Amino acid sequence: MGKVFIPIGPQHPALKEPASFRILLEGEKVIEANVRLGYNHRGVEKACEERTYLQDMYLLERVCGICSHSHSTCFIQAVEEIAGIQIPPRANYIRTIIAELERIHSHLLWLGVAGHEVGFDSLFMYVWRDREVVMDLLAKISGNRVNYGMNTIGGVRRDISPDLYPEILKAMDVLEERTKYYIQVATEEMSFIKRLSGVGRLTKEDVETLCVVGPTGRASAVARDVRRDDPYAAYADLSFKVITDDHCDVYGRAVVRVLELMECYSMIRQLVKNMPDGPVVVKAPRKVPAGEAVSRYEAPRGEDVHYVRANGTEKPERVKVRAPTLANLQAMKKMLENYYLADVPIVVAAIDPCFSCTDRTIEVNRMDKGTSQLLSWDALRSYSIDWYAKRGVRPQDIRL
Amino acid sequence: MAYVYALIHILVFPGLLFLVAFGLFAEWVDRKMYARFQNRMGPPWFQPLADILKLFGKESIVPEEVEPRMFRLLPMFALAATLTAFIYIPVWGTKALFSFNGDVIVVLYLLTIPTLTFFLAGWYSLCPFSLLGATRTLTQLFAYEVPLFVSILSSAFLADTWSLSEIATFYSKHPGYWLFNLIGFFIGVFSLLGKLEKAPFDIPEAETEIVAGSFTEYSGNLFALFRLAISVETIVGASLLAAVFLPFGLTLGPVPGFIFYLAKVLFVVVLLSLSHAIFARIRIDQMVSLCWKCVAPLGFVQLVLNMIIKGTLLS
Repeated sequence: MGKVFIPIGPQHPALKEPASFRILLEGEKVIEANVRLGYNHRGVEKACEERTYLQDMYLLERVCGICSHSHSTCFIQAVEEIAGIQIPPRANYIRTIIAELERIHSHLLWLGVAGHEVGFDSLFMYVWRDREVVMDLLAKISGNRVNYGMNTIGGVRRDISPDLYPEILKAMDVLEERTKYYIQVATEEMSFIKRLSGVGRLTKEDVETLCVVGPTGRASAVARDVRRDDPYAAYADLSFKVITDDHCDVYGRAVVRVLELMECYSMIRQLVKNMPDGPVVVKAPRKVPAGEAVSRYEAPRGEDVHYVRANGTEKPERVKVRAPTLANLQAMKKMLENYYLADVPIVVAAIDPCFSCTDRTIEVNRMDKGTSQLLSWDALRSYSIDWYAKRGVRPQDIRL
Repeated sequence: MAYVYALIHILVFPGLLFLVAFGLFAEWVDRKMYARFQNRMGPPWFQPLADILKLFGKESIVPEEVEPRMFRLLPMFALAATLTAFIYIPVWGTKALFSFNGDVIVVLYLLTIPTLTFFLAGWYSLCPFSLLGATRTLTQLFAYEVPLFVSILSSAFLADTWSLSEIATFYSKHPGYWLFNLIGFFIGVFSLLGKLEKAPFDIPEAETEIVAGSFTEYSGNLFALFRLAISVETIVGASLLAAVFLPFGLTLGPVPGFIFYLAKVLFVVVLLSLSHAIFARIRIDQMVSLCWKCVAPLGFVQLVLNMIIKGTLLS
């Protein structure tokens, strides 16, 4: 049987966001997989340099729809560390509640998408129906189903009033019961298990070498979770388990995510019970003093790293976002090769890819010379000016 | 006069119009049940008809490098084969429109032709997704074909004839004997799922893997004909299973017999819709190993069982 090149992406029904997986197939077996990114690059990091810290927080929130609170909190924590602000404990608790609610909605979304990728549309419909419970709750608390806008420099913008507490607890009860049903489906439904087992294997050594983060890594028994290793927000006060699994394949990732859902419910119950009183925000300076900080956050997909450098003005000098999917993508090649084509969608979905979070750099591949080069900002700028100059367009002549 | 009757039989009832209408109705039943199983509302009763009419109104794009004649003819072959298979299946009584000794084989052969046209459609489309869908269709054919043949032929074996009408006559004469073929019935439903490419065996049309498989490049009226062929194939396949495995109530006269027939076909359609909703799609290698390791041996068990029954009860 000859070798066929199948393009999975950039446009493909299996992908929720554009990325290019160029698969070389022999029959049904994947011989080679090449991963290419960059289809969702929007110049967010450059845009951050042109806006104030508060505007940047709203901008970074819209990097991704599903992990929006992760990016905004991670950024704001870095800024608060540079400015030396201590936010009130109630604000920390509210941030953590929203963070765990976001994790619930993201994991439920993932479970539905995993069902859809293996053709199990009934699971997809049921899980997304139950996800509406947490979406409605988030809308009640923050006013929006995604991109909550809860954070501000120095705390949170909105308080959670005490009459919302019973609703939060009731929602947790409903979701916990439904999640128990999904645990039963994941452990007993043969066709589902057969599609997910033995697929996309990553051993413990692979996880360590390829720097895989989040539930993808925890499914290979690597117990790395930023909430426990480097507690931020209110996580130091909470007692929770770091869920790991030793299946090392897509099935393990599903099990880790579903069990993490149960941990989220218990964490939110603890947070609501022990919520401290007090203000929710402290006054923050407009101009952040010079300094730099790295902030880490456990987004639903893994470790999210933000680096912020301030120079004393009201706009940051440099913001760098390292999304978890960028770390997990390095392992994609290993996970796709020597498996079947039918496994490609579910393996891609198993790292819970969020290419909107990921695309930050551009790699230029010269097809004629067969080499590739990495361009820095200045090189890219002069490349584009030269490109236009060759076609007779000079930037100085453009009248806006 | 006989020609007029023949024309009415072929074009209206139980021919083209009846099969198309019943096929669209069965498609609606399937989609509505699938939706209700998933806690959704589901489409209104005229949705499948509206889909077909809409597709007929769209432009049919034939890719430039494809051979246009085969590309255009293949859907018509699929529809024609399924429509032709129906004239040998007994509907409201024990006698079909035409029958001769060996028409079981002819019906099974005519039901294999649509699968071949799906393969050729994917092959002629010259697109990598279609090619993959086409190879998967044939691989799936190799998996489910043997159990299907063995189960249907074991029921025919018990009746000692290769003619569908005579099978129906035999089982009507010996009431309750169709219960011996229950294993065969379930193997038949299983194989029908594979033939119609419904979950868990919708591997050749896996939307999340190969876009639309063999039908990726088809649009407009050609695609409508393929979809119509699949709807009619559902009815013909279910009617075949009803005639071979559920041959009771055939001697009550034309009208009660017809109502029984409708009930039996809808029962098979409900079973297909149920398995569509509760299973995930399995991989092609898993399907081939499942069929050859579990289902084909079950079919042979049924055949041996029928041999023993024939040897003891009927001699």
